Amino acid sequence: MTALALLQRRMAAAVMQPLTTGSRMARTTPDGMVLRKEVAEFIKPNARLTSLERLEIYSRSYWFRVLDSLADDFPGLRAILGQLAFNRLSRAYLSDCPSRSFTLRNLGSRLEEWLRTKQSYARHSPGLALDMARLEWAHIEAFDGAAERALGPEDLACLNSGFRARLQPYVRLLDVDYPVDEMRIQVNRAPHDDGVPVHRVRPPGFRRALPLRIFIAVHRLNDMVYYRRLAPEEYLVLNAMRSGQRLGRAIEEGFSQSCVPPDDRPAMAGAWFAAWAELGWLCAPSRIKKEKVK
Amino acid sequence: MPANRFNAYTDYGIGIGLRIPHYAHIFEKKPVVDWFEIISENYMVDGGRPLAVLDRILERYRVVQHGVSMYFGSAERLNREHLRRLKALVKRTGTPWITDHLCWGSVNGAYSHDLLPMPYTFEAARVTARKVREARDYLEVPIAVENVSSYAEFHESEMTEWEFLNEVVERADCGILLDVNNIYVSSRNHGFNPFTYIDAVPAERVAQIHIAGHSKFEKYILDTHDHPVIDPVWRLYERAVRRSGPTATLLEWDDRIPSFNEVHAEALKAERYLDIALEAA
Repeated sequence: MTALALLQRRMAAAVMQPLTTGSRMARTTPDGMVLRKEVAEFIKPNARLTSLERLEIYSRSYWFRVLDSLADDFPGLRAILGQLAFNRLSRAYLSDCPSRSFTLRNLGSRLEEWLRTKQSYARHSPGLALDMARLEWAHIEAFDGAAERALGPEDLACLNSGFRARLQPYVRLLDVDYPVDEMRIQVNRAPHDDGVPVHRVRPPGFRRALPLRIFIAVHRLNDMVYYRRLAPEEYLVLNAMRSGQRLGRAIEEGFSQSCVPPDDRPAMAGAWFAAWAELGWLCAPSRIKKEKVK
Repeated sequence: MPANRFNAYTDYGIGIGLRIPHYAHIFEKKPVVDWFEIISENYMVDGGRPLAVLDRILERYRVVQHGVSMYFGSAERLNREHLRRLKALVKRTGTPWITDHLCWGSVNGAYSHDLLPMPYTFEAARVTARKVREARDYLEVPIAVENVSSYAEFHESEMTEWEFLNEVVERADCGILLDVNNIYVSSRNHGFNPFTYIDAVPAERVAQIHIAGHSKFEKYILDTHDHPVIDPVWRLYERAVRRSGPTATLLEWDDRIPSFNEVHAEALKAERYLDIALEAA
């Protein structure tokens, strides 16, 4: 390892080491070294600040930046857990999963996966917290995900059961056990600036939300993100289309477990397609990407 | 001198940073602004509102891209995905030159999202210059590197900050985005004469200048971009443009952002110094 790489590794380890609860640097490194001595080996002190104090400026800046960014991206999760528990979760998540991207936009990309294995950080409501984390990551992806040319009315007139329509890449499909869409909208409406007491951050009854299995499309229209509830069959059809199924097969899959009478299904599917087309969700087949179904 | 090969022989005048709180004002009032600086990473996305806004801005205004996470000074290789997205954005904006910082910020693929200070060593200068060249060759647009504010110095350093800057830009044959506020902040934090720094910079390589405000704490100064430019920084700016000529200048205001008109008016204070520089030239 070069001298430059070694120095940067040592400094990054110190900067990214979690702060104490008082937002100061810890006294020791994770492997037991005295941090003050470790830092003094590569950073000069000056007349006003010790080596550690100089490094602490960077460490605090790092942690405040990533914690603020995560809080901005996951206001619903913060409301469910409360500020203190959310802070604990954030610090643990960012310690285990530091940013691997050049943009802070991707900071929460592994949060749901991480939370699945660390449910103690959401001990009062792990299922609800997981669902909200999924919704809020989907929100980020829907906000600035790719859009392709939507199928127009002339394209839709040619649709037949052998056609492979695709969903716009920015449309995210979720199968969740709590009404997190409504809860997130509630949070957006509530004041939640820094300094606002936790009881105002968390709308009443938030943590005690009752389970309700729902299907949601997180999408955007005119550059704004929206949540649209889907019928279970509609969700399955969309997922089958996303995984590359032809329309006929996708519709079959959608209704395979359905109690909707067969005579009613064509009208139902027709109405869905009309709505999806109006929302610009459908685009022509090119590359087919698979999305995991929960 | 102001139009040089490091800013693609342009003469861009005084710009301000494009910031979300000003979008509505810009689209409604369509103010006359020489140019906007965008943070590249905010627009290196696949679609949605960021790109829609950018396209509307590009219909009316000139844009220069400023990056915050290329990390030329990191010991690891350049991030190819970052470069690919940046190149797509360069094509979209038509930016005549791009800028990023003379710093590091990632280790083994983990990002600090901060502008961490360089050790001023010959090894670091070689690594940094090689990466600047690689990026420029790939992006096919001139690059200017910005001096950062710093709060720490390394035992390993073998030269001053300005000697290091010169070593890098000569080896990379690239331009300089001279941030006179950063020079002021670092001079106070490390105890050097900021005019010595300004006078040591190769004037012919200065592609752009940054001005900004900062915050004073008891034991150090922090580069916060949340205040007007103070007089000592204007004096450094005056010295810089006397040496470099009237150079494309940008006011950074990133926190506690006041109205568009207030930010623009603060930026336009640079005119008086640019006029002096023009007369001197």
